[in-house]
Amino acid sequence: MSRLNADARHRIRLEVNGRAVEGEAEPRMLLTDFLRHTLGLTGTHVGCEHGVCGACTIQIDGAPARACLTLAVQVDGAKLHTVEGLAPEPGRLSVLQEAFRRHHALQCGFCTAGILMSLDWYLRQTPDPGEVELREFLGGHLCRCTGYVPIVAAALDAAKRLRDA
Amino acid sequence: MKSAPFDYVRVGSLAEAHAVLAAEGGDAAVIAGGQTLVPLLSMRMARPKVLVDIMRVPELAVIVAENDSIRVGAAVRQAELLAWPELGASQPLLALALPWVGHAQTRARGTVCGSIALADPSAELPLCLVALGGDVVLSSKGGRRTVAADDFFTGLMSTDRRDDELIEAVRFPGRRTSEGFAFREFARRHGDFAIVACAAVANEKVLRLAIGGVADRPVARDFKGLDGAALDDALDAFASELDARDDLHATADYRRMLVRKLGRTTIEEARRCRA
Amino acid sequence: MSWVGQSIERVEDAALLTGRGRYIDDLGTPPGTLHAAILRSPHAHAMIRDIRTDAARAAKGVTAVITAAEVTRLGGPLLAGIRAPIQCWPIAVERVRYVGEPVAVVVAADRYLAEDALDLIEVDYEPLACVVHPRDALDPTSAVLHAGLKSNIASDRSFRYGDPEKAFAEAAHRIAVAVHYPRNSCTPIETYGVVADYDPWEDAYDILANFQGPFSIHPVIARALKVPGNRLRLRTPPDSGGSFGVKQGVFPYIALMGIAARVAGRPVKWIEDRLEHLAASVSATNRMISLEAAVAADGRVTALAWDQVEDVGAHIRAPEPATLYRMHGNLTGAYDIRNVSVRNRVVLTNKTPTGLNRGFGGPQVYYALERLMQRIAIELRLDPLDVIRRNLVPSGAFPYKTATGGLLDSGDYPAAVAAAVEDGGLAALKVRQTSARAEGRLYGIGYTAVVEPSVSNMGYITTVLTPEERRKAGPKNGAQATATIALDPAGAVSVHIASVPQGQGHRTVVAQIVADALGLAPKDIRVVTEMDTARDAWSIASGNYSSRFAPAVCGAVQLAAERIKAKLSRAAAAQLNVPAGEIEFAGGRVHARHNPDNALPFGRLAAASHWAPGTVADGDHALRETVFWTPPQLAAPGEDDDINSSLCHGFIFDFCGVEVDCVTGELRIDKYVTMHDCGRVLHPGMVAGQVTGGFAHALGAAVYEEFVYGDDGSFRTGTFADYLLPTTMEVPTPVILHYESPSPFTPLGAKGVGEGNCMSTPVCLANAVADALGIAEIDLPLSPAKLAALLPRGAP
Ligand SMILES: Cc1cc2nc3c(=O)[nH]c(=O)nc-3n(C[C@@H](O)[C@H](O)[C@H](O)COP(=O)(O)OP(=O)(O)OC[C@H]3O[C@@H](n4cnc5c(N)ncnc54)[C@H](O)[C@@H]3O)c2cc1C
Ligand code: FES
Ligand code: FES
Repeated sequence: MSRLNADARHRIRLEVNGRAVEGEAEPRMLLTDFLRHTLGLTGTHVGCEHGVCGACTIQIDGAPARACLTLAVQVDGAKLHTVEGLAPEPGRLSVLQEAFRRHHALQCGFCTAGILMSLDWYLRQTPDPGEVELREFLGGHLCRCTGYVPIVAAALDAAKRLRDA
Repeated sequence: MKSAPFDYVRVGSLAEAHAVLAAEGGDAAVIAGGQTLVPLLSMRMARPKVLVDIMRVPELAVIVAENDSIRVGAAVRQAELLAWPELGASQPLLALALPWVGHAQTRARGTVCGSIALADPSAELPLCLVALGGDVVLSSKGGRRTVAADDFFTGLMSTDRRDDELIEAVRFPGRRTSEGFAFREFARRHGDFAIVACAAVANEKVLRLAIGGVADRPVARDFKGLDGAALDDALDAFASELDARDDLHATADYRRMLVRKLGRTTIEEARRCRA
Repeated sequence: MSWVGQSIERVEDAALLTGRGRYIDDLGTPPGTLHAAILRSPHAHAMIRDIRTDAARAAKGVTAVITAAEVTRLGGPLLAGIRAPIQCWPIAVERVRYVGEPVAVVVAADRYLAEDALDLIEVDYEPLACVVHPRDALDPTSAVLHAGLKSNIASDRSFRYGDPEKAFAEAAHRIAVAVHYPRNSCTPIETYGVVADYDPWEDAYDILANFQGPFSIHPVIARALKVPGNRLRLRTPPDSGGSFGVKQGVFPYIALMGIAARVAGRPVKWIEDRLEHLAASVSATNRMISLEAAVAADGRVTALAWDQVEDVGAHIRAPEPATLYRMHGNLTGAYDIRNVSVRNRVVLTNKTPTGLNRGFGGPQVYYALERLMQRIAIELRLDPLDVIRRNLVPSGAFPYKTATGGLLDSGDYPAAVAAAVEDGGLAALKVRQTSARAEGRLYGIGYTAVVEPSVSNMGYITTVLTPEERRKAGPKNGAQATATIALDPAGAVSVHIASVPQGQGHRTVVAQIVADALGLAPKDIRVVTEMDTARDAWSIASGNYSSRFAPAVCGAVQLAAERIKAKLSRAAAAQLNVPAGEIEFAGGRVHARHNPDNALPFGRLAAASHWAPGTVADGDHALRETVFWTPPQLAAPGEDDDINSSLCHGFIFDFCGVEVDCVTGELRIDKYVTMHDCGRVLHPGMVAGQVTGGFAHALGAAVYEEFVYGDDGSFRTGTFADYLLPTTMEVPTPVILHYESPSPFTPLGAKGVGEGNCMSTPVCLANAVADALGIAEIDLPLSPAKLAALLPRGAP
């Protein structure tokens, strides 16, 4: 049992997108701040800091979760995936990302990283979702620009292409 | 919206958890999934001196089927219980209710015991615990005790837990033969806390309906043997006895009306499901 | 084949999809940048007796604490659009007037430490009686918010067009509605952000903010910082996480953080959090409207009498009371009504000040007007759709001058309605209604016809002034749009526009337009949209509002491209030995029309002005062209208060079928059809995106979203768990139809399209609910608890 003092910074080691990284954080530092401002991974966005909007969604140990409802110290030793790790290589988008672009499933793009990280997980769990089921899953994300219609279409299209691949 | 400072302790065993809680008492807060506590910290509505992270205590991370009940440890996440292969057979009510608890993204972190500890009157899991007549296992440096659900929830977001105690596990009674269940919820949006939630259990001995979202805690009543107009009358009486609240999204009267209508539907569904 | 009109993939998307967006909080800041947190008022109305900041100043990591003392010493008030003896500051001075009003700013090493220090500031408040409802603000005995005013009515103007008294006197019927449109906001997912720096040696501010325009606010900020405009360099980041008007409201914080940076002597960064945003950014106005119609026996409306009471909250913040006047030229909606009287009052209450929000005045006006049209039908036992049809501006009447001075540019409203009825399946919807009702279900159909204004006349706001006051102040009008196109030494084409996109894909559409003009592909065109007032071409009309991108900015781009093209054509003509009129641009080449082999690569021709200017005739140097374009139709308000408040007027006709649950009162949308005439469509995918996005906003406003205040002015919807945004589960897929009437007033024939559904959808849903429940009065939001209380007696 170790006690991390409130006023000090503590070393946190973890794996992000398959790479070992480390940084320092006070116990109270949110994972969103740690990712964005300590590790420089600004693709994860902050829309509400109280768990409702979903913009900060990343994958923690293989499941989608809110980075803003997580302390950096809680993920010491964990494996994280963020939007920066989604594209297979620079210059090439993943099937899901491409579907978003094709369907105009983003406008300002601020909500998009969270939605992609949720869907990336979901489509692996549920390769052939029905629209209602998919919409229910996406209910954990707020998008103010698109009205969701193209997001749902992109997700269904990506699911089909992934199945056919 | 940033938290005030706190120390952070990650405990590796139950004994360590008990030791910190004994030493710090009300200045400590257990952090489990953090889905409620972290925003409260960020809004500075909670200002503990020390956080006790219990999520890496191996003995708390287990679901066990024991003596006709399901024991869910304090480190078990809602998503883990929902994905537990035996859930549907062991306790269908939980399988019905869990998908209503927040969203997949919050269930992936939020724990079953954390929701019980929070005791939100609109939360689904406390409602199920009351409907099923389950109990809560509390432990501290001084020992362990078990409290029945009805006694555990003592008011609005308040419970029988003492500051030095940890909820070690909750126990949901398992499904008995020829038992029927139903769960219904009305919320403004899917994934929101309920305006009214109903859970019903029907077996040869009881026909219990529990209501969440209306009074300051989930409340259950037995409607065994009632039917037709008599059932309506009994539901009316139940609804008017509930100390309903007005809030932004619904009036007390509206909640009582939903108790009558949704309650009846839920009861009938549980009966049908039993048959 | 042209690029314009195709739904090509957006150039913006790859970066946004891979986490490489550059929003304000993603950009590096200068070394030594400090972070601000704001202490906000917990009271709706109170005197500030004392503020003690010593403990905060001494706290760990704190560099400065700023209060009204510093702000009033170093800055000035924020000017507003009306002449009144009141002042609005970016921080509370002596008194707080709404919950969330800034009281002090802490500047510290990081945001956590800044918030720690906020806890240490002690403020003594002396609470005052407060005014929450606009009805109470009209009461002369209510507590007065601004002592200089003597009452809470900041403006009271009456207008008269045609002969409304006569029309009412002669009318067969007088039919009226009274509505109160509630408060809500489009709440972009990204909040406000500002990074401010001050150079004491030059007395100049350099401020980066996710401000969206209009840049008529730039002089307001410069005044508040007490510097001439050339010492306020205002910049915007490359990406913005949505705005919908709301990010206009960041401007008081631009001034506030400027002063904080000046006091701290270091750059200061502030990122608003969601709680601050909900409580204290901006809201759309809530408005009480009484609207009466003079109606002939057949349902023809001969006159309208408007009485509007606009609640702008605690301060009149620029550009308010613009929300009240934006629709002035189209107060008769899509209808041919020649007589109008208007009384407009602006009142102050102890709520958050209002500002730009998608729809801006349209949701309020059309809620009253279209509820009225339904009431006329019901009271006269006519079909609501017939009443709409009978009153529409007739085909062939365009451009049509409205009674209040608007100029409806183009359209064929009856034809668009007919197409919607046919293609949207109204007949089948009526059958569904009949069978649902036969089963005892509560099923209603609603209709709305709306004129969607776009490209605001910068002078419309002055309609709030009397002609006399306007004469003194000098005329205001127009809507300068600007675009700059530059050719580099190898002929690569760059474009800059001052449109400050908030996610609407401006870079893509502009590339399409320029590619078409110069015979290139969109990938050959690089478009830059971040703004820098110190270097870029801009005007007060620049920015992202009033749906001005497609009609105005794209028009300016087209004109700039044509200008470059004309110069290049003349240069090519000399080289290819054909008349300039025979030069064509296609496939990256410039060739003679009748002999395509007589050609030059575009890059070579474009490079000439860099490398061999001597070979290019004087005046034809095609290096960089900046075009400013303002439409002549946008004149200042006339002596009779007639005002063409917007350049373009799209047309929308919506109808929908809804069911209200007989038990829970929950509203379910069975079908929603929305017909748009937005002129020429430049990118169908983006137009669809604007419509579905606007529809979702409108649905939120209609059913889920309301800023709720307690009687004591307490703010009750301070989180996203209380202020409910619709999710995928709540937003159905609308049927979108188009009718295309290009605007004769814009270079490309396009009109705005971004806001229409925020104007048409809330009232269309309300009309359908009123039909389902058989009720005469209904205000938003259409929440289940409210509807359940209105269920007809005897419902199951
Ligand atoms: C967007 C959103 C939507 C949600 N919707 C719902 C919903 O519809 N229904 C619902 O029920 N919940 C909902 N929740 C809350 C739910 O997700 C939480 O998971 C749950 O209420 C708390 O569990 P937790 O493990 O996250 O607890 P934490 O946040 O870690 O802790 C909550 C409280 O319980 C205490 N605590 C936790 N574990 C223990 C323990 N073992 N012993 C003693 N004390 C303990 C903590 O000290 C704290 O006071 C929602 C949350 C979010 C963010
Ligand atoms: S920022 Fe985490 S859910 Fe909104
Ligand atoms: S694309 Fe802007 S919030 Fe979703």
